[in-house]
Amino acid sequence: MRSSENNLSCDVAIVGAGPAGIAAACRVAEAGRSVVVLDEGLGPGGQIWRPKLGALQPRVARQWIARLQATRAIVRESTSVYDVAREADGQFVLRAEAAGSAVAVRAANIILATGARERFLPFPGWTLPNVMGIGGAQALLKSGMDVAGRRVVIAGSGPLLLPVAASFASAGAKLLLVAEQAPAARVRRFAAALWRRPATLLQAATLRSAFLRTRYALGTWVSSAGGEDAVRDAVVTNGRTSETIQCDLLCVAFGLVPNTRLARLIGCDTHHGTVHVDETQETSVRNVYCAGEPTGVAGVDMALVEGEIAGLAAVGLSVPQRLASLRASLAREMRALDVAFALRPEVTSLARPDTIVCRCEDVRLRDLDSRWTSRQAKLYTRAGMGPCQGRVCGAALESIMGWGPDSVRPPVQPARLDAFLSDYQITSTPEGMV
Amino acid sequence: MKGRRIDIIVNGKPMSVLSGATVAAALLNEGAYRFRESVVGEGRGPVCGMGICYECRVTINDVPQQRACLSVVEHGMRIETGALVAK
Repeated sequence: MRSSENNLSCDVAIVGAGPAGIAAACRVAEAGRSVVVLDEGLGPGGQIWRPKLGALQPRVARQWIARLQATRAIVRESTSVYDVAREADGQFVLRAEAAGSAVAVRAANIILATGARERFLPFPGWTLPNVMGIGGAQALLKSGMDVAGRRVVIAGSGPLLLPVAASFASAGAKLLLVAEQAPAARVRRFAAALWRRPATLLQAATLRSAFLRTRYALGTWVSSAGGEDAVRDAVVTNGRTSETIQCDLLCVAFGLVPNTRLARLIGCDTHHGTVHVDETQETSVRNVYCAGEPTGVAGVDMALVEGEIAGLAAVGLSVPQRLASLRASLAREMRALDVAFALRPEVTSLARPDTIVCRCEDVRLRDLDSRWTSRQAKLYTRAGMGPCQGRVCGAALESIMGWGPDSVRPPVQPARLDAFLSDYQITSTPEGMV
Repeated sequence: MKGRRIDIIVNGKPMSVLSGATVAAALLNEGAYRFRESVVGEGRGPVCGMGICYECRVTINDVPQQRACLSVVEHGMRIETGALVAK
């Protein structure tokens, strides 16, 4: 077998260079073991630490990335992992594509730090251009989107609404409405419980003050969007009254969904959409660890703690009590968050019969039958079989139809044929050939 | 928006865009929100901004199906979208 910069071997391979992956990589490398991190993004930090164009990352991000860069860890950016398998010798192999070239990484242990994506729920008009996610809009804003003077509505659910609203306001957008679907009583109860975390409460107040002139409506959601070539208006409702708001940009998402595809592909047990791990972050598959959002959406602090624990455990070191206690206390807070921002039934029943639910294959709600499984929907209508491989419609149909996820097969995301071919060339040893 | 600008070619037309921006952000800033045409012929543009949804696929330097949100503009880059809608 030839070895090259695209055919790597290491003690621990990590998928994802967000906070969890970075913390894990630091711990592995600092223990003197070899580590390779593969990440799809343009640089380390994941979504939460994505730098704003021309600005520095947050200080905590810079500290962690500097700590990582001080090690011998190899970090490969713009590299999309599409397969993970166990070889006959017990080693894992990750296969990835980087700009059409194959990257293969062999390792005795793997740590999956694959993060989360936004939950999108279909509503009439949600496929119009300029209707986007909340985190999605934030990512685009940070990567150079100019929103000065543009009329923006942000609606959906969860703690992401506030920071995104604040950054749109400070970027000069005409922020017209921020709408949270959770009822006012539940959000207030949650906020009241935050007295234990004055820093968080202060942070929330600071964010709110950044868009004080904008209405922040609780128990309110977008029921449809209108427009010809692109979004022109949004209908918002509280279930009793509705109003139509003219806008240029409509940002709608309903919290986060853990990315568990690679974990499921290698056979890890999942529970309610999260990867099941033990106290060392090891999954049900020996030598496969998981850290951060895939084990349950819990934010950056938890991702760092879990990443450190996974990194230590993967190299056989014991977990300090400090990290274990921190993880336990963060887990309690996250359960409160889940209760506060639970989805109301109205937002999972906005799609009409002619509303497209699978955006890749343009499958409409009326094309589906609630008696089916997600596998049957794939076979009969191609729903979930397009390039996103069900990352968008899968979570939506889980909410709307109650369908469980279908089994996972490689490639877990589209990869160029060039990559498959060059993977064969760099990793295969022709046997039985003269 | 302030910052150094570079030249790219979108559907055969030269455009000056913010250096360092992603292709997705650059096209949106030019009012080119119709990135691809869907199976039934609808215009689609960026949704997730992070490589998940594949709605922002464009052709970059003759390589089709590239996610505009994961690509950074480079001087002289040639981009083809499903259909360009000017402001």
